[in-house]
Amino acid sequence: MKASVNFMISSTQLLARKRQSIIAMLGVLFGIAMFIFMMSFMKGVNNYIQDTMLSAIPDIHIYNDIRTDYTTSVTGSWLHNDPQKMVIVHHPKPEKVRLNLKNADAILADLKTRPEIKVISPLLSTQVFFNYGSVQINGILDGVDILEESKIFGLHERMITGTPENLLTADKGVLLGQGLADKLNVAKGDLVTLATPEGTSMRFRVVGTFAFGLSTVDNIKAYVSLASVQQLLAKNHDYITDIRIKLHNIDAAKELAALFAKRYGYKSEDWESTNPSIKAGNMIRDSLTWVVCLTMLTVAGFGIYNIMNMVIASKMKDIAILKAQGFDGSDIRAIFLSQSLVIGVLGASLGLLLGFLLSYALSRVPFPKTEFTFMKYFPVVFDTRYYFAGAVFGILTTFLAGVLPARKAARVDPVTILRG
Amino acid sequence: MENTILKAERLNKSFTGPDPFQVLKDISLSVDKGEFITIVGKSGCGKSTLLYLLSTLDTDYQGTITINGSRLTGLKERDLARFRNEHIGFVFQFHFLLPEFTVLQNIMIPALKLGALPKDAIEHNAMQILRQMGIQDTALKPSGKLSGGQQQRVAIARALINNPGIIMADEPTGNLDSANTQIIFNIFQELSAHGNTIIAVTHDRDFAGRSDRIIEMKDGTINTTAEPAAPPAPCLEPEPLRAFPSSSLFP
Repeated sequence: MKASVNFMISSTQLLARKRQSIIAMLGVLFGIAMFIFMMSFMKGVNNYIQDTMLSAIPDIHIYNDIRTDYTTSVTGSWLHNDPQKMVIVHHPKPEKVRLNLKNADAILADLKTRPEIKVISPLLSTQVFFNYGSVQINGILDGVDILEESKIFGLHERMITGTPENLLTADKGVLLGQGLADKLNVAKGDLVTLATPEGTSMRFRVVGTFAFGLSTVDNIKAYVSLASVQQLLAKNHDYITDIRIKLHNIDAAKELAALFAKRYGYKSEDWESTNPSIKAGNMIRDSLTWVVCLTMLTVAGFGIYNIMNMVIASKMKDIAILKAQGFDGSDIRAIFLSQSLVIGVLGASLGLLLGFLLSYALSRVPFPKTEFTFMKYFPVVFDTRYYFAGAVFGILTTFLAGVLPARKAARVDPVTILRG
Repeated sequence: MENTILKAERLNKSFTGPDPFQVLKDISLSVDKGEFITIVGKSGCGKSTLLYLLSTLDTDYQGTITINGSRLTGLKERDLARFRNEHIGFVFQFHFLLPEFTVLQNIMIPALKLGALPKDAIEHNAMQILRQMGIQDTALKPSGKLSGGQQQRVAIARALINNPGIIMADEPTGNLDSANTQIIFNIFQELSAHGNTIIAVTHDRDFAGRSDRIIEMKDGTINTTAEPAAPPAPCLEPEPLRAFPSSSLFP
């Protein structure tokens, strides 16, 4: 009964000054709506950037880092290992370095037993020159198991012409990066000739083109089967240089990479260490979003604070008479605080709705199409956690903005006002 | 003694600040149930201050106040508020109606706050009081749309809704023209006749003249406590008084 009469007074007063109430509510509404909108959009952008950048990067990359042991030198044997002589070699160069993973088959077999791993793709990569008339164009030729490779990097979505599987059916087929194909002026079905630095050359038929949206990849990369490269380099079938791994949980990469490095004795890198800028970029965009949104909510809070202060200044007489009639300080506080909270709850709910509508609208806006972006619409993430956070922040802000004026109202001395 | 509704003992109040000033000096007072008391005096004599002390709104004083057998001095704000709600009805110089509410709602609010009766019973009572005041037509109007005299009648109706033990009024006619003043006078007199206890501060001698007892204040003290100056004729027995001195003229 007591609470209901307080609420009756509170709501009647709130409705009596509709315009003020609505303006105060709009402040919260826009604050929350922008919070939702910006969080959803920023998270979408973050995910897009991460996906794009990670699309060309495996979660874990195992390869043979060139480390040369310079403690012995051929110079010694040249000088008949005379103990009387000391040999100092400036700028030593390696005599012969093996780039491959020596026990590749064993490592692959061991990796296959690990449940954390989703996809394993072995790679034999070599630098090549593509013949373009009299010009030679630099490129990287990756010999892969195209089905595994496709699973790691989502090649299916990135094909401009042809399909990854074409590589399996065609004899000496090659998939070219779209940029590289353009440079070579070839399309699906054409022939390209390429040569290794050692001088071996070979002809391939273009069976498809792909685009990752990263010019560093699209302008130089070509895929052929593992066997083709092994043949080109005159190596046997277990000669591979890299193993790329995709995990079920991307966050486990760091730990597993360290484990693999120790276990196999080869360099093992996780995506985070090789691309610290991805994480840093995400963090910067996230904090920017939070700062902007909290600023907006604070401004909305000050709006409510101002309006409630004005309301209370104009309601001094009413407060005094209510107190004379038996409403105590806590009733008065409840009346005015509940007004702030009604504004806050309504503003926050409508703000969440508007935020959702804005985010949804943006997610239906087509993204300007270019050859290298595979995004159809603006990236937007719908995450209930943002809506929850928005509601909590909105109500918290209005509560804090309402507390001070309400306390002031509760402390009004009725005598000074009633005596006039 | 059980007939005493209000008892104030040795009330002292000072205003502190740059100009310390003792506004009430050792005032003791008791009011019987059903009494209609007016407090008069020049402005600044402390009559309003005394009323606000008695009404429990002002708690900054020395001395004790007891109403209806409950000692109110030293109680917490919350308890005083509940006490006022139940036992004291207020009428001020200005009506102090809540402008957003209708006349009926204004009257009902103190009763809704008390919560002793269901809402429809309160509404029924409020309408009955309005009818007694002759302003039942205004019940559903916003309180701001009424004339000054009507507003003051609504304020009185609001003071009555909880059947308070005491009605306290501070210059209830101070802001009204003479016609409305008459109406308010009559209402107070009728309330008194129905057994309500009334304490009113006024500077209007006519109004004071209709009360049972006038407390005249001067410089923070009670000057005299007298019967009404111009009493209605039938109430007293003047004959023996006149006879006595006249007979003494004869040797």
